[in-house]
Amino acid sequence: MAEETLSVRSLTGVEMTLPIAGPGTRCYGFLTDWMIRLLGALIWLLIASLLRLAPGIQGRSAAHTVWVGGIVLALVTYFLYQPAAEILTKGRTPGLRTAEARIVTLEGTTPGIGALVIRNVFRLIDCLPVFYVVGLVTCMLTPRRVRLGDIVAGTVMVRTDAGAGPALDRLGVQARRTRLPVEALALVHDLLERWSTLEETRRIELARSLLTELDAEFAARGTGLDGAALRVRLEELLGGEQRV
Amino acid sequence: MAANSESDAAIWVREHASEWQALAADSAAAAQRSEATVEEALRTLRAYRILARHLATVRELMPGGVLTEILERTCAQLHTAVNRPPRLTRARWARLFRDDIPAAAASVRVLTLWLAALLVASAMAGWWLINTYPQLISLIASPKMIEGVEHGHLWTYQILSIAPPAMLSARIIENNVMVVLAAFCFGILFGLGAFYIVAFNGLSIGGLLAFTHRHGLGLELLKFTLAHGFVELSVICLAAAAGTALGESVIRPQCATRAESLRRRAAELAPLLLACALLLLGSGLIEGFISPHPAITLAARLAIGLGYWALMLLWLSGRLRIRATRARSARMKLPLLRR
Repeated sequence: MAEETLSVRSLTGVEMTLPIAGPGTRCYGFLTDWMIRLLGALIWLLIASLLRLAPGIQGRSAAHTVWVGGIVLALVTYFLYQPAAEILTKGRTPGLRTAEARIVTLEGTTPGIGALVIRNVFRLIDCLPVFYVVGLVTCMLTPRRVRLGDIVAGTVMVRTDAGAGPALDRLGVQARRTRLPVEALALVHDLLERWSTLEETRRIELARSLLTELDAEFAARGTGLDGAALRVRLEELLGGEQRV
Repeated sequence: MAANSESDAAIWVREHASEWQALAADSAAAAQRSEATVEEALRTLRAYRILARHLATVRELMPGGVLTEILERTCAQLHTAVNRPPRLTRARWARLFRDDIPAAAASVRVLTLWLAALLVASAMAGWWLINTYPQLISLIASPKMIEGVEHGHLWTYQILSIAPPAMLSARIIENNVMVVLAAFCFGILFGLGAFYIVAFNGLSIGGLLAFTHRHGLGLELLKFTLAHGFVELSVICLAAAAGTALGESVIRPQCATRAESLRRRAAELAPLLLACALLLLGSGLIEGFISPHPAITLAARLAIGLGYWALMLLWLSGRLRIRATRARSARMKLPLLRR
């Protein structure tokens, strides 16, 4: 049975959860990183090709040296990109940032260099026989959605939540401005946060239902407002504009 | 009771809402920062403590609510940002090379000796096999290599004539690092993967030595491998021993679970991988630049090979550390003596 979240204990003893990234997020992050390193390797080869044609590079031996240098740099970029990027970004490679994920330890902390090296070394087994089949199967079968390298290194891939801070900021502002009861405030806030992800009919229905309960003027006048107007009305209830 | 609780929640939220804007800003800044001043670090820790406290309170007042969820999400993000391993300072690097690597090597010393014995035994078996059934050489050598040796040329010098030493070194290092990493990783299969890699390497070495000996090139091959072989083969045994130790941690767990035992052992042995990579870098450079050089004599090769090997043994056995510690304690005592 797969676990949806990773429970960790904060330094103050309060428990909290981190959402675990599934195979889809992992693949998305890995493929983005793979494209970056492939591009990096190709750029080295392109530079080496152009340098071979440069007027300063004369003779077969010099051109050969330049080409060999280009190949070595391309190979180094291709093979060392992943561990180097993970170590330098502390588990948040550009690919993982794009996929909104990051690598953490089982305690939810930023992993150290040793753990990141170990999880990369075990790609040797995870990539077998082709296209990371072992890693993908392990990832699908383990409760925390981890590949073999993660099991050995004690790491987990979790989804990052860049929207949490701004959401807290907005909620703080709304709580100070509005006269709504706290439970109602939370409901309206939640609806506005999820506004763009909900279907048009569904969000209109939810907005009408909330406004009927919370806004006496709206309840008395009827329900002739469209989606945009309902959203404005909800924002007014919160005492200002909802910044998303 | 419910109404009272709701009013408590409302009062609490209105009292603390003004703090959240600053806490959210601190949380976002901490997640993006790679380094912080003391002031920034203290502010982040304060934000972390306050957010955790608020989360605990909100869970009591409004369990399962949106505010609980948002506070939990913010707090979890900050938790990862706050809990980072310390930066690798010069002292930490020094400790890694002086203490951690020798300690990791010492923990697999017996296994390394067993695997070295396996390497020697399989090399002898390979020698016997190819000496008795020469046609089996096609199992361990490519047709090009066989043809070259049959015509009186070692493949090692053919490689040199094609690739420049730097390129050759890079290829050798890459190949050796892959073998070592494979020996380490496949050790997780209850040690069988590491045994296979060591036995196969031993069989190949013995077989190739027998084959070249039959064609009068045995000494040439020995001469070629003398400068880099000691360290290269020792590192393979060391990595395989580390891999076997990983496998052992799964078979005979020392912790509550096998996964925990495996994680602990991997963390202990990780410094050894760094040592193996560095040693292979050295032996790869020797193999690329010194081993194929025809002008270097047998005695010089032997001296280089044994010297490098002795240096490796001194480092991994912790002897270098003891000397450094003695030198340091001597320096520390000096001012006291003067007084």
